[in-house]
Amino acid sequence: MEFGPHLLLAILEGAVQAAVLTLTAVGLSLVFGVMRVVNVAHGEFYMLGAVLAWCVTSTLGGHPAIGFVAALIIAPLMVGLIAAAADIFILKRLEYEPKNTIVATIGMLYVIQQVTLIAYGPEARPVQAPFNQRISLPWFEFGDAGFALTWPWGFGTTTYKLAVIVAAVVVLIGLWNLMARSRLGLIMRATQLDREMAQAFGMPVEKVNAMVFGLGAALAALAGVLIVPIQQAHYLMGAEPLLLSFIVVIIGGLGSLAGTVLAAVVIGLSDGVISVFFSPTLAKILSTLFVALILVFRPQGLFGKRDL
Amino acid sequence: MSARSKTLALHVGVILALLLLHFVLPTYHHGNLARIMVLSVYAMGFNLVFGYTGLLSLGHALFFAAGMYGSGLTIAHLGFGAEAAFLAGVVSAFIISAIVGALALRTAGVALMIVTLMFAQAGWYTILYFGEYTRGDEGFVIQRPDRVFWGIDLSDASNRYLVALLLFAATLIITLKFVESRFGRVLVAIRENEERARMLGYDIFRYKLGAVILSGTISGLAGASYGLLFGYVGATFATVQYSILPLLWVLLGGAGTVLGPLVGTAFMTYLIDKSSEYTAAYMIVAGVVLVLLTLFARQGIMGEVRRRFLPWLP
Amino acid sequence: MTYKTPKPETRRSVLTKLAASSAVVAGAAAMPGFVRYSQAQTSAPIKIGFQVHGTGIGAAYGRWYDRTTTAAAKLINDTGGINGRMVEIVAEDDGTDPKRGAEVVEKFASQHNCDVAFGTLFSHVVIGSSPRAGELKLPYFVVSEGHHVASGALNRYTLQPGITDVKSQVQAMAPFVASTLGKKVTMIFPDFAFGHNHRDYFSAAIKEHGGEVIQHIAIPPSESSFTKYFPQIPRETEVLYHVMVGPAVLTFVKELGEFFGPSRPEIFGFIDSLEAVDLASPGLEFLDGTYFWEGNPRYAQADQSEHDKFFRAAVGVDENGASVADPKDVATYSHMFGCWETLHVIKAGMEAAGYSGPGDRAKLIEAVEAMTEMPLSQGHPQGPKLFNGKTHQVFGQQYITKVVNGKLLLAHTAPIADTLYPDEVDYTTQSF
Repeated sequence: MEFGPHLLLAILEGAVQAAVLTLTAVGLSLVFGVMRVVNVAHGEFYMLGAVLAWCVTSTLGGHPAIGFVAALIIAPLMVGLIAAAADIFILKRLEYEPKNTIVATIGMLYVIQQVTLIAYGPEARPVQAPFNQRISLPWFEFGDAGFALTWPWGFGTTTYKLAVIVAAVVVLIGLWNLMARSRLGLIMRATQLDREMAQAFGMPVEKVNAMVFGLGAALAALAGVLIVPIQQAHYLMGAEPLLLSFIVVIIGGLGSLAGTVLAAVVIGLSDGVISVFFSPTLAKILSTLFVALILVFRPQGLFGKRDL
Repeated sequence: MSARSKTLALHVGVILALLLLHFVLPTYHHGNLARIMVLSVYAMGFNLVFGYTGLLSLGHALFFAAGMYGSGLTIAHLGFGAEAAFLAGVVSAFIISAIVGALALRTAGVALMIVTLMFAQAGWYTILYFGEYTRGDEGFVIQRPDRVFWGIDLSDASNRYLVALLLFAATLIITLKFVESRFGRVLVAIRENEERARMLGYDIFRYKLGAVILSGTISGLAGASYGLLFGYVGATFATVQYSILPLLWVLLGGAGTVLGPLVGTAFMTYLIDKSSEYTAAYMIVAGVVLVLLTLFARQGIMGEVRRRFLPWLP
Repeated sequence: MTYKTPKPETRRSVLTKLAASSAVVAGAAAMPGFVRYSQAQTSAPIKIGFQVHGTGIGAAYGRWYDRTTTAAAKLINDTGGINGRMVEIVAEDDGTDPKRGAEVVEKFASQHNCDVAFGTLFSHVVIGSSPRAGELKLPYFVVSEGHHVASGALNRYTLQPGITDVKSQVQAMAPFVASTLGKKVTMIFPDFAFGHNHRDYFSAAIKEHGGEVIQHIAIPPSESSFTKYFPQIPRETEVLYHVMVGPAVLTFVKELGEFFGPSRPEIFGFIDSLEAVDLASPGLEFLDGTYFWEGNPRYAQADQSEHDKFFRAAVGVDENGASVADPKDVATYSHMFGCWETLHVIKAGMEAAGYSGPGDRAKLIEAVEAMTEMPLSQGHPQGPKLFNGKTHQVFGQQYITKVVNGKLLLAHTAPIADTLYPDEVDYTTQSF
């Protein structure tokens, strides 16, 4: 393929990755920002979303769209409840002490993974997309005959992939509204800014924690549901999004939702674009070093102001 | 007895007990304990940075792998003997920890965790990228003739145990001395209150870097010995999982205690080994135990022992 | 998880006894004078340590390896056992991890007092465990299809008599690809040792048959989206050769279909890309008309042998290669026969050696090394085999199938002669 379409295709693919990554990372960022909790089990909530989507769609049957819409509602809800329970029964009792929460969430990671392996099995299972048409994309050329449209070999995408991008944007707008306009959002923002002060003003900080943890997990689960028609549900699929989300949250600057979104887009896109220029594994080496060096020279992240 | 002589008696006692076990343990547990001792060297290395300096690194697998590959690759491709290869492994870990430390220590907290993680990931990808030499994910075997160190055949069960014990004892003593040294005390001061230590005029960066280098080198030493003792060099040891493991071992055993790493490593190893005999779902058991420990023994096992019974424990 | 370890009660009691006596027994086994004594206890079952990928990345394979092993052990026991003794499978999960794998091998040798160890698939676990098996003098029968055994990297105690290795599989594909599909090949493979084997052996083999690989596309490990790599496929590609492993394989194949749309080159892939995956999965329709290497055809063929029929029935696999109990549960049919065949080789070897206890382990290995032809039979349902005692590796037929209406139909059978290559090691010169 020629360079132009190749690059555009990589950007398109990167945009789909970025969309899913944004949702996952925003969930982590909320938990991180408001609760100061490093949630190592976050990737497992993503995985649970995907796995539950498979369970819901295969139980309901019928047209793929019915099951999928049901999964979009049920999976995040269930995962959110599980996470809220984990917060109430475990993290709260640890008083959110950083080292202990890390170990406890690692423990949760093991448990969730293993329960999934037993209940769901080791296979990667597909979920059918509600709709999935291939769209061939045109490219332009200035040849001898002047300007012309061509249809390069393999240059295309699918309607579902485009829909994922749209869905992510819609969810983010909804979330932004929640944070900016609702009372819950106000409490969350206040808690994030100054926990003691918020408490002193009589805000129900304790209750907010469970909701934030649940909301963060639900966002990850939603991302899992959205990705599962493209990838498959597998009990080990949580590792990659966990790593990427951490990177995104830190690069974006702790506590900055806007920064997180921007960083997710940058990281998602760059992963695709770098693969155009370098051999794939070399591209991975370079992009991880790139992330490390950004942090080394801008420890507060690209968009953050405070020190961590 | 003074705290100091108690400390001495306890640690000499532990080493003697391990030596005694060499003669009485059944074959399987004998081999297992040898492995646990090597891995607790790794955990002790990690503990220097995490437990005593308060820096959370998720990239120590890079140092472990540097030691392992530094020795394995020089044997496989440069025809090094086990002695030179071991040294090569330790030196590789030293160099890499110096570089990573110098860069990563510009950050702190969670950013430090991510930076070290990223460096380790890059290291893992590098091992895969140079698959022609490293055999990538498959790894390679160090054959028995290459595992003779000063005339000692490291593939012999008895030799392996004693060498592992020697490494463990040496690291234990180094750690103990280090913790009691002025350098070690400054690190604890940094952990407790970095600003105050800075105001007292200490060059924080230099101290932290020293800790990372010592910690990384000890981790590399563990990696190099693991390869030579068990005959295998593989990329799995460079994955995130092997950065998380020492963290778990140390936290379970008790961060900032000298014996914690050994206790934590042994506990975790046997937890998985034993529970896997009764159930295929042994990771659930491991997970639940981790959660319970954080709920009911927050300082880790040795930390709780120190809190409740032996306040003088280093 | 469905794989079953032996009943906890019995296991526990055995363990307690073993823990107490293992040192004594291990010592006794090492002393020549005590061999007679241990040989005298011949009524006890023969214990075969089964290193199973119960968790970790290999779990989908592990589950089917377990079912096949259980079925084969049952068959052997129902037909009188080995040398009149029953076979007991002692399963231990290795987590698909080389460190845990080595520990499991130690456990088999010193704690469970197994006679042999067996059943590992993933190469890194084999290579990580093999040194320990050699030091503990425990015969280690792997079912891995890696080239590690025949390459000479391992030791005399490690053998692969039940499944062919990747080098022979790959080179046997070249004649068919070059003569039937096309000469200009683009290869897509994972960027680690398994993929590099494919890259190296196939590139060399296709050259010998007048073709060439015009582009190598290595996909980094842990990658979960692939479309961005496909533009590197040159336009003049006649054949696309793909082999992927891991949970993302279905995505890979699906995205390949979406990338090409209606105009695709010939496509040839290793079934590893779709082991344990239902060909009727959404998005795989485009595979119709493409070709696959299969170690053992997943769908029962028109000329199905009675032995394949028997094998399917015993393991519980229907004619579509899925579980009889659940048609959505697709087998790893191209690999799992290796467990069945290996257990039969162990049985034949133990019978030939007059094996009666751990003191006879060396005799067992010599007996297996002496094997050559293994005809198509109940014990070898995949096809006839030729064992090379020097390299400890078995050779056998390879199958190429074509996807026709969602089923894999046999298109070509590569004879054993196409799979042979010069010896790279002679393990029989190593001492025990």
